[in-house]
Amino acid sequence: MGENSAGKNGFLDKLSRTQVAKAIFRTGIPRDRRQRMMIMLNNVFLHLHPVRLPKHAVRVKYTWCMGGLSFFVFLVLTVTGILLMFYYRPTVEYAYGDIMDLKEQVPLGIMREIHRWSAHLMVITVWLHMFRVFMTGSYKPPREFNWAVGVVLLVLTMLMSFTGYLLPWDQLAIWAITVGSNMAGATPMVGTSGPGSSLLALGDVNFITSSSDARFAMIGGRFIGEAALLRFYVLHCIGLPFIIMIFMIIHFWRIRKDGGISGPT
Amino acid sequence: MEAVKEFINAVSRPQIMFPMILAVFFFVFSPTDRLLAINKRLGLYKLWTKRGGIVLFLCLFLAFAFGLMDMNFAKIVTKPDNVPIVGLIFLIFFFVWFSMKQAWENDARIAAGGRPREAEDSKEKILVWPDLVYIEFIALILCTVLLIVWSILLKAPLEEAANPTVSPNPSKAPWYFLGLQEMLVYFDPWIAGVLFPTVIMIGMMAIPYLDTNKKGCGYYTFKDRKMAISIFMFYWLVLWFFLITVGTFLRGPNWNFFGPFEAWDIHKLEVLTNINLSELVYMVWLKQRLPENILLREMGGFAVVFLYFGAMPLVLAKTLFKKVYAALGPFRYAIFTILLLMSISLPIKMILRWLFNIKYIIAIPEFFFNI
Repeated sequence: MGENSAGKNGFLDKLSRTQVAKAIFRTGIPRDRRQRMMIMLNNVFLHLHPVRLPKHAVRVKYTWCMGGLSFFVFLVLTVTGILLMFYYRPTVEYAYGDIMDLKEQVPLGIMREIHRWSAHLMVITVWLHMFRVFMTGSYKPPREFNWAVGVVLLVLTMLMSFTGYLLPWDQLAIWAITVGSNMAGATPMVGTSGPGSSLLALGDVNFITSSSDARFAMIGGRFIGEAALLRFYVLHCIGLPFIIMIFMIIHFWRIRKDGGISGPT
Repeated sequence: MEAVKEFINAVSRPQIMFPMILAVFFFVFSPTDRLLAINKRLGLYKLWTKRGGIVLFLCLFLAFAFGLMDMNFAKIVTKPDNVPIVGLIFLIFFFVWFSMKQAWENDARIAAGGRPREAEDSKEKILVWPDLVYIEFIALILCTVLLIVWSILLKAPLEEAANPTVSPNPSKAPWYFLGLQEMLVYFDPWIAGVLFPTVIMIGMMAIPYLDTNKKGCGYYTFKDRKMAISIFMFYWLVLWFFLITVGTFLRGPNWNFFGPFEAWDIHKLEVLTNINLSELVYMVWLKQRLPENILLREMGGFAVVFLYFGAMPLVLAKTLFKKVYAALGPFRYAIFTILLLMSISLPIKMILRWLFNIKYIIAIPEFFFNI
């Protein structure tokens, strides 16, 4: 130990040799090749990555970083979303007022801003990620399935954004959601204003009415109201994140299992 | 100045702009060898060089700078929720240029007998720590900085409290769904809002199984997969991105079309001269009343749709898509052409609407069944 150079006896080195640091990090400060490989294997988060990669794969020119950024922005959204949940009650009575309070009463508060702009940003980064994957032909075998998982993640991202759009309960929110959810009423067979809905009838009794169709199931009423707000809130905060996480796990896992990042053969 | 604005307003009308885009598109992203030869003769590929990029972006910046001097344009563009779309326009232009530039560079290398740029160092292995982890770390910090600056500069919008009795005009869906909302002009909700989204999802998932070209995996290239890139770019740039831009910036009250420098006048009158195919056949051509019988009335429409989806794939397999059919086999070919025809029906209906004022091919409002 006495042979260590001055640089290796710095504060960080001493800290990394304590029992606590060793218990937590195991590898120590990654300086030599072996340690740099070990740190990737010993850390659960870094273990998402392989230990080594082909050089072309780390070039920003090739990957644009968009997949990684999408995941990062998702984490930002999760954290800011949890913070916002402390101040927000999803009822017609309180929702708008709570947002108003966030806006008026919190000095220098930007949590809502970060959450909203991150949501927009995530839609953009996910689209650009898809575009990059297409342009490099990375959906080709053996990655066909992961491309499909990616499509599901893209749709879920937009649904997350869509459900969140209603929560401020202002004019922008309810009318945007009204326009969006009216589509559900036009679903063939199971929407009141969709083709074929009048065929689902027994004698004169229609099964598909405005209070029993697809739109009703989606917003829990004939128009956007209390039930829709609660539904969208639960979907936005718990339901869709739960599903999106499952698909993200599959997506990341399959990147590794399908041979890592694509590259020329 | 005013004359220029008038001119841009006039040109951006869909009757003019959309056919223009259609005419130019396949020369820029040429799906076949013949079109690619024209592309080269016209020098369009020079867009995908450094100089082309600079020109492209100068134009884009100047257009925005010029636009922002106009009150109506500035009002729409600087709406908080529209700012991301302005960013998206620049990002899309950049990344399309960026990927196509790398693609053409690689094509030149391959044509010269070399290998793509990516192959140069793909055999060389590097350690993820530190080489990738640090890049990610920097990207993450830049992204955080961007979000914080963005959030400080621009407040999240909050309008008046929700009021179910006062509907704003226009009522717009969130911006990423405006492509779908724009489709509502040409198709009924059950198609634009339910069928098309489903088909888009299925179609995208089907891409790896329909694109059987083994070349072009893991590097940017255009020549090795012209057809695939051309088709994808058409959906991505024209049918998705362009429609979103139109829906966001150029659709005003009553979903009327407004030029970028036109004030959103709520009283703007659009002459509704659209007619259905059945009306065109019976009332205009045959000069008689519409038949009472629905099937008789819509016979022509059914025939058109049947020919389009039933006969067209067979005809194409024998003619234009001979090679595609040989490569895909009957099952994949059937799925490919049905998806293709379904999606092409959108630009077809757009053209029919804008240039010929035709609303529905089949119109059975009695059963909410209009195509």
